[in-house]
Amino acid sequence: MYRYDEFDQQLVNERVKQFSGQVARRLSGELTEDEFKQLRLMNGVYLQLHAYMLRIAVPYGTLSSKQLRMLAHIGRKYDRGYGHFTTRQNLQFNWPALKDVPDILRDLASVEMHCIQTSGNCIRNVTTDQYAGAARDELEDPRIVSEIIRQWSTFHPEFSFLPRKFKIAVSGTPDDRAAIRVHDIGIQIVENDRKEIGYEIFVGGGLGRTPMVGKKISDFVPKEDLLAYLEAILRVYNMYGRRDNIYKARIKILVHEIGADEMRRQVEAEFAEIRKTGALHLPQEEISRIEAYFRAPAYETLPDESTELNKAVLADPGFANWVKSNVAAHKMPGYAIVNISLKPIGGTPGDCSSDQMDAVADIAEKFSFDELRVTHEQNLTLAHVRKKDLHTVYEALKAHDLATANVGLITDQIACPGLDYCALANARSIPIAQRISERFADIERQHDIGELKINTSGCINACGHHHVGHIGILGVDKKGVEYYQVTLGGAADEKTAVGDIVGPAFTEEQIVDAIETIVTTYLGTRKQGERFIDTYRRVGIDPFKESLYATH
Amino acid sequence: MQLIRNGAFVEPDFPSVADDEALPEGPAIVSLERWQAEREALRARNTPIGVRLKSGQEPSVIADDLDMLAVVALELPIFRNGRAYSYARLLRERYGYKGEVRAVGNVLRDQFHFMIRCGFDALEVADNITPEIWAENVGVFSYSYQPATDGREPVLSLRQRLAQRAAAREAV
Repeated sequence: MYRYDEFDQQLVNERVKQFSGQVARRLSGELTEDEFKQLRLMNGVYLQLHAYMLRIAVPYGTLSSKQLRMLAHIGRKYDRGYGHFTTRQNLQFNWPALKDVPDILRDLASVEMHCIQTSGNCIRNVTTDQYAGAARDELEDPRIVSEIIRQWSTFHPEFSFLPRKFKIAVSGTPDDRAAIRVHDIGIQIVENDRKEIGYEIFVGGGLGRTPMVGKKISDFVPKEDLLAYLEAILRVYNMYGRRDNIYKARIKILVHEIGADEMRRQVEAEFAEIRKTGALHLPQEEISRIEAYFRAPAYETLPDESTELNKAVLADPGFANWVKSNVAAHKMPGYAIVNISLKPIGGTPGDCSSDQMDAVADIAEKFSFDELRVTHEQNLTLAHVRKKDLHTVYEALKAHDLATANVGLITDQIACPGLDYCALANARSIPIAQRISERFADIERQHDIGELKINTSGCINACGHHHVGHIGILGVDKKGVEYYQVTLGGAADEKTAVGDIVGPAFTEEQIVDAIETIVTTYLGTRKQGERFIDTYRRVGIDPFKESLYATH
Repeated sequence: MQLIRNGAFVEPDFPSVADDEALPEGPAIVSLERWQAEREALRARNTPIGVRLKSGQEPSVIADDLDMLAVVALELPIFRNGRAYSYARLLRERYGYKGEVRAVGNVLRDQFHFMIRCGFDALEVADNITPEIWAENVGVFSYSYQPATDGREPVLSLRQRLAQRAAAREAV
């Protein structure tokens, strides 16, 4: 993975010093909370319902064991012994004291980490595929370009006060696990007919109040021009994005208002000008320097099949289920990708205790080249595990309640913090996710239902990505009572779609039964081998409407 | 209000004149609308003049007039509105403007560094800003990852030079 050089480290150290000064000015009363707000927001410090929240950047979701151990330490020392992994592949601490934040930042800087641009109206942490470097059909490791973008966007002098926050995601495979079409900019790594690697660019996707699927504005941007092209998009947005209404300020609204063709024309015109100066031309030396950090680890030459694995699958049905749902194919023979579920039955999606973090760090060090990833679905991934070690890894995870065999299944839900933590929320999300999880706890039944993504948000800002859940749940407040609106057919993959509202909202008492009705309807309608989303795409919303509302 | 020009605290000059106000003796800054309406009269005064651009008034509208202007003042109606950073870069990098680019309005100490990088050379700042606060904030970061208007060598080019030097040493 990427390692800081003297320049990277110096900048992070200077940021720690700057923010420590700002915190001191706040604690001494020199700054009012209002004045402090815009400073802390540039550094991932939010004021939530009960306390400050600190959001730590995990660039493109990659962590070393050493870094994860530091996060465990911070959770223990400054928080309540746990942290929360987010849909931006970051980590949040919900209970730090403001006076401790400078010490936390120093601890983070000692392991090449920071909170820079994890909030505020700037370019946020770049996200990517959690299978980067391990996926079979990958054209190029997407973390290379993600790191290049991280550096370009860090303290960008022109784009630190954008109309609104700005999110970029990169995918290196045709199967999109990074949800690039619901980002402000989505980058798909592609190959042209001369076998050159470049980038397909989508602009103006996003969730929130006005969900939109990104529009393609370029089929192929050459490698050396990527930063010039991104700078052109950002400049058009910075100059013409709306600033009169916070809810219309994202780039998706600009693209929607002027149209994708006009957006393309303006970006191309700006790109041509920027390119002329040559200042943002990306030299091959720098690409190679960063590439070197993401070279394949020292894989062993192994037979693809492992007798140890086959034996353990037959002997241990719990392990067999886990292999089926949590283990994915690796590009190297004899290796596999392991997904660690942070969605235990009845738990809070994405929460991880300090002890669990230490355990995962040890397992990653021993069995996966000392490195792991955070997924945007709020799980963890060990990218390179030998098949013959899978059972040992499973047992080690199980000892820490980390072996729930539900990745991709109905209880692997995304949920925002909701009214339990968040000042913006209208309704609770976590308790709903927990009750659904308990209702569908039976692992055999989950495997029978198969792939099904339920996403829950506690308000229309959609941090729980409900629009792109196969089943989406949106909490709304009606005269002080929490209601839950259900959407069906959403997806964030290469067939990205915004879900359709199925009908009137359900009460807190009704919502879990409604989900059960939807699942039962699917099971009675599906053809052999059809996933929920496939069935929905085939039959549409009517059968579900019928079973949900006809008897009422 | 204080004026910082090229890093020095200076006596404020080029007062900003409202559209219904008579022009003072000497240099002044007028709105874009007034400039467009009274251009010939303003030029005939033979006194340095500046134009003030609101957020939403892009530099391209005065691109042909720039050699007549001593100052272009870019308004920051609220610190959150960052359009002026793009305007400043365009004035310098696209239109080659060599006169003063002044930040006026809601300018925070935490923005000094970014403004200088984008080509502002004069800033109107609050009265509580001292030379120490200025120095601390303008120089907050020793390096920059990206090229901008200030000509500062970006990190990737520093890296390349280090690598070349190391290679040269090895060759010896």
